Amino acid sequence: MATVAELQVRAGRRAELGLLAVSWAIIVLARALVDYHADVLVLAELGWYALATGALMGGAHLLMRRYAANADPVLLPAVFALNGVGLAMIRRLDFAYAQYEGRDTSFGTTQIGWSIAGVALAMSVIFLLRDHRKLRRFTYTAGIVGLVLYLLPLVPGLGVEINGARIWISVLGRSLQPGEFAKIAMVVFFAGYLVTNRDTLTLAGPKFLGLRFPRPRDMGPLLVVWAAALLLMVYERDLGASLLFFGIFLGMLYVATQRISWVITGLALFAFGAVVAGIVFPHVRARYDGWLHALDADVYSSGTSYQLVGGMFGMASGGLFGTGLGEGRPDLVPYAESDFIIASLGEELGLTGLMAILALYLIIVQRAFRMSIGVRDGFGKLLAAGLGFALALQVFIVVGGVTRVIPLTGLTTPWLAYGGSSMLANWIVVGLLLRISDQARRSAQEVGP
Amino acid sequence: MSEISITLLRFGFLILLWALVLAAIAVLRADLYGTRVTTRGRGREARRSDARGDKVASPSRSATGIRTGSISTRDKTAAHLAVTTGSLKGTTIPLGSAPILVGRSPTCTLVIDDDYCSAKHCRIFPEDGGWMVEDLGSTNGTFLDNQRVDDPMPFKRGDKLRLGATTVELRG
Repeated sequence: MATVAELQVRAGRRAELGLLAVSWAIIVLARALVDYHADVLVLAELGWYALATGALMGGAHLLMRRYAANADPVLLPAVFALNGVGLAMIRRLDFAYAQYEGRDTSFGTTQIGWSIAGVALAMSVIFLLRDHRKLRRFTYTAGIVGLVLYLLPLVPGLGVEINGARIWISVLGRSLQPGEFAKIAMVVFFAGYLVTNRDTLTLAGPKFLGLRFPRPRDMGPLLVVWAAALLLMVYERDLGASLLFFGIFLGMLYVATQRISWVITGLALFAFGAVVAGIVFPHVRARYDGWLHALDADVYSSGTSYQLVGGMFGMASGGLFGTGLGEGRPDLVPYAESDFIIASLGEELGLTGLMAILALYLIIVQRAFRMSIGVRDGFGKLLAAGLGFALALQVFIVVGGVTRVIPLTGLTTPWLAYGGSSMLANWIVVGLLLRISDQARRSAQEVGP
Repeated sequence: MSEISITLLRFGFLILLWALVLAAIAVLRADLYGTRVTTRGRGREARRSDARGDKVASPSRSATGIRTGSISTRDKTAAHLAVTTGSLKGTTIPLGSAPILVGRSPTCTLVIDDDYCSAKHCRIFPEDGGWMVEDLGSTNGTFLDNQRVDDPMPFKRGDKLRLGATTVELRG
């Protein structure tokens, strides 16, 4: 006799501890290599760093054992590893800026602060939010909060314009990007709205060209919020964020209704918008030029594709195994610590390292989709799928832009790139995903095979 | 530090990154592969037949690849179930003294990959030396010679049991 048993879902806290140990080793080794090549390696200091990260990760692990014992075991280690590699790269760029350009930057130290705050935020999400379904009560609140956050940079005296994009606000001497948080609020709004209205959206409405379109009154609130947010972002010249937002909207609509007509309509609208934007806005046309003709002499010398080409040469010099952490020159590319951190990592860790980093993202996204299948309530399903899809699309837009697959748009690489708002917002996403996965896997254990 | 140890550390870092990726995938294997096949009691059967000097029909892997051992196409003398239509056509299951579950769930004895079957579709169990069949509340019903099975019905040799697109016959 043979039996076929469905594998039991294990709580996985012990597996998480093991994986956390590996990520801890990655984080400490990255820092050690960077410090060694910058000739500032002090073993005592490294020891303190190792102790502090170990304590932070251990603390997070203990909190998970106490408050989210069934949560997914691989999310936390993967995110910690990405964060640690990012920290090492940013610190390494600080040294390079000081050495070659005489610029005194302290991105690395600042980013450590943001990372700790991010972990604390994720843990407080797990501690305070015991059931993700509570968020559904705040569907419309989340929609309004999201819009207000998108509006904030336009408020005179509060908003700051940097490099032609008006997406920052200045609070207490620090600049924040409220759009990063608005993204989460919007996913919550879409999930809450779609779970209530998906049946009317799918089944009721006139048929046109063989595709069924929803009635205006069902679609109204959704369209109003969507159009307002998109217009604001276009006005603030935040290309990457508007692309991301449009994609999240489309993805969640598809997950909720399973209508391929949505995807077709959305992509057609998007293609139309992209062409029109290329004709109307000079800054969009410049992006297209820099993408399609990156290596043309006149495009390059006009500075349009300088950054992109620099990043590509950096990655090429990295080759298969990279120059080694701290041994390349990623600082030659402008914004190597934020927009182009993927190119910096590609240069110093090579294709092998970059693929490992992308595989970590893949695992995180796969976990989000898996928990969306596992969780019982429709809101949780949509929320997890939305957050996972947002993450996947964001990584695609960034990496695609840097590797010249799509036009370059300024978005942050989650957990890797320098930037406080992005770090905090993405750690909140981790907290939410851990909370949903706790619910999903707990119910799987109760039922059993 | 010497050049060689730095180079080793440089590659060690890449190996460590991939170690994390592969370890994470190993932790997730339950989710990725879904079910686990364990052969139960094979050792005991093999020992017994070795003592009698019989040749044991080696377990053949069925077309679905899910199950080994329990479905044998060799043993024709004992009572057995034969699948005559459907995706598992040609498979036989020897009937012992234990009841048999038929359905789509991987925990069933006879796992049928058929959209018209329920997860646990019907049960075939021994009673008073014969066999009975009962429907387990399936969506599309179980039919014994074109008669719907509501209460447990006797399942005689040569009867045709239809569930979804699959027909099962009691033989031997």
